[in-house]
Amino acid sequence: MVDSRDHVLSIQNLEVVYSDVILALRGVSLEVPSGTIVALLGANGAGKTTVLRSISGLLPTHRGEITKGAIRLDGDDVTNRTAASIVGHGLAQVMEGRRIFPDLSVQENLRAGAIVRRPGREELQASYEAMLELFPVLKDRWESAAGYLSGGEQQMVAIAQALMAKPKLLLMDEPSLGLAPLVIEQIRDAIVDINRQGTGVLLIEQNAQMALSIADHAYILENGKVAKAGPADQLRADKDIQEFYLGMGEGGRTRLNEVKSYRRQKQWSS
Amino acid sequence: MNDFLQLCFAGMALGARYALVALGFVVIHRATGVINFAQGSIVALGAYFAFNAHQTWGLPFLLAAIIAVAGCAVVGIIVERLLLRKMSGQPVFSVIMITIGLLFVIDQIITMIWGQDAQNLGDPWGIDTVEAGEIVLAVVDLWAIGLAFLVVGAFFLFFRYSSTGLAMRAVAIDEEAAMARGISVRRVVATAWAIAGSVAAVAGITLASGPAALRPSVGLIALAAFPAMILGGLDSPLGAVLGGFIIGITQTLTAGYQPAHASWLGQDFQSVTPYAVMILILLIRPHGLFGTKEVERL
Ligand SMILES: Nc1ncnc2c1ncn2[C@@H]1O[C@H](COP(=O)(O)OP(=O)(O)OP(=O)(O)O)[C@@H](O)[C@H]1O
Ligand SMILES: [Mg+2]
Repeated sequence: MVDSRDHVLSIQNLEVVYSDVILALRGVSLEVPSGTIVALLGANGAGKTTVLRSISGLLPTHRGEITKGAIRLDGDDVTNRTAASIVGHGLAQVMEGRRIFPDLSVQENLRAGAIVRRPGREELQASYEAMLELFPVLKDRWESAAGYLSGGEQQMVAIAQALMAKPKLLLMDEPSLGLAPLVIEQIRDAIVDINRQGTGVLLIEQNAQMALSIADHAYILENGKVAKAGPADQLRADKDIQEFYLGMGEGGRTRLNEVKSYRRQKQWSS
Repeated sequence: MNDFLQLCFAGMALGARYALVALGFVVIHRATGVINFAQGSIVALGAYFAFNAHQTWGLPFLLAAIIAVAGCAVVGIIVERLLLRKMSGQPVFSVIMITIGLLFVIDQIITMIWGQDAQNLGDPWGIDTVEAGEIVLAVVDLWAIGLAFLVVGAFFLFFRYSSTGLAMRAVAIDEEAAMARGISVRRVVATAWAIAGSVAAVAGITLASGPAALRPSVGLIALAAFPAMILGGLDSPLGAVLGGFIIGITQTLTAGYQPAHASWLGQDFQSVTPYAVMILILLIRPHGLFGTKEVERL
C-alpha cells in the first residue's frame, strides 16, 4: 500500500466558473496516490473535462477560471500556473478527441511531445524506441501524416505523444471514445503497462466497465460535484453503479443511449 | 530570344524581392493565422535602419545590414508584445485591422525621422555585371536571387528540424493541443514576429540598395508581394518563393512586350499583372499552389 500522504495529485475543494457565470465545478476534491490508476466517471456535462483543464492550466483558453480551491502536483501548488509550466512540472495529458497534429508525421507528433524536456538526440531516440515497444503498430506508420491513421492508431499516437514528456502523472480524457472493443482492449492494456512503469494515471471515462476494471480508485462526478468515491472494486459492486454505468440494471438497459437518458432523470446528488 | 531571357532574369530578380517580402507574411500567418499588413512598412524600416547605420554612422555595409536585420527582429517582437499579444483570442479580423493601422503609423515614423526625399542606401555591388551568353546579369540581382533561395532553405531546415520550428507548426495546427504539450504559444508567436522582421529587413536592403533609391514608398512592394504569398498558398515558404518568381517574371514580360503588342491595355499595365495572375491561379487552385488542405480530423 502507498502512504496516504504520498499523492502525485491532490485537488481540494475546486470550484470553476466559465465566462463568469457558468458554475461547472462545485467543490471537487480528488486524489491520485502515486503509482495508481484513478478513474473519474460521469455523464455528459458532469464536469470531467473541466477537472482536467483545471489541472493542466487550459481553463483560460475556454474563458474558465478557478474561483476556489487548490491543486497540488507532487506536493507543489500548481493552481493557476500556465500550461507550459505545469507540463514542465511532470503532467501530461491525452485530450478529449485525441487532438494529435494531423498534418505532422507520427515521428513529428512524438517529437512535439518531447519539446518540453529538450532531450538530446540519443535521449530522443531512446524515447522513440520505448514508445514503439508500447505501440509496435506505429512503426509502419512512422513517417505518415498522423491524420491518415485509424482512430485506434491515432489514440496510440496521442498517448505516446503525452508520454514523450516523461510525466509523473498522465491525464486521459475518454481514450476509449469511438473505438472498437478490440482496440479499447489494446488501449486498456497500454494504460496498465504505463502505470506499471510508475506513472500515475487519472482516467476520465464514460466507459465505466473498462475504467473500473483497471482502476485502483474511482470517483463519480455528477453536476460538478463528487457524488461517490471509493476503491474501484467496491464501486464495481455498487448497485447504483451497476445500474447506471455498467448497463446491468433492470430491464437490461445495455445500449448507451438508453442508459444515458435514464441517467439524466436519476441523479445521486442535487 | 535574348530579350526574352533578359526579361526573364529581370523577372526573377524582381520576384526574389517579392519572395523575401512574402516569406515574412508566410511565417506570421503560419504561426498565428494573421496576415500582417504592416509587413511592407517593416521592409521600409529595415532599409532605413541599414541606411542610417551605413550612411549616417559610417559603418561598413555588411555590418549595417546585420544591424538592420537585428533591429527589425526587435521591432517585430515589440509590435507583437505591445499590440498583438493583447489581441490574442480576439477575432482575427480585428487583429488584421490593427496591422493595417500599424502600416500607417510606421510609415509616418519613417518620414518623420528620415524625410520624404530619396536617399542613397549605398551600393556595395557597384554596377558589376556578369555576362552569361548574350544576357547581362547584374551582381545585385544575383544576390537578391541567391538570398531568396538561402532564406527559403533556412526556413525549410528550421521548420523541419528545429524544436522551435516544430513548435510553430504544432501551434499553427492546434493551439490548445500545443499548449497541452507544454509548448509556449507566446514564445512561438514572438519568434515568428522576430523572424518576419529579419526577413523584411533583408528584403528592404535588397530592394533599396544598388542603383535603386531609398524612399519611404519602398514598402509599397508589399502590395505586389501579397499576391505572391496568396499564390503560393499562405503557409508555404516554397510556395512564396515560386509565387514571387511567377509574379516577377509575368510582370517584367508584360512591361517588356505589352506596350508594343497590346498597347490598348493602357499604360503601366504591369502593375496590375500580379493581381491578374493571382486571380487566375486561385480560380484554378483555390488553396494556391502549395496551400495545405487540412487533413480531415477523424
Ligand atoms: N467553454 C465553456 N464555456 C461555458 N461552459 C462550459 C464550457 N465548457 C464546458 N462548459 C459547461 O461545463 C459543464 C461541464 O462540462 P465538461 O466538458 O467538463 O463535462 P464532461 O463531463 O467532460 O462532459 P462530456 O462527457 O460530454 O465530455 C457543462 O455543463 C458544460 O456545458
Ligand atoms: Mg469531456
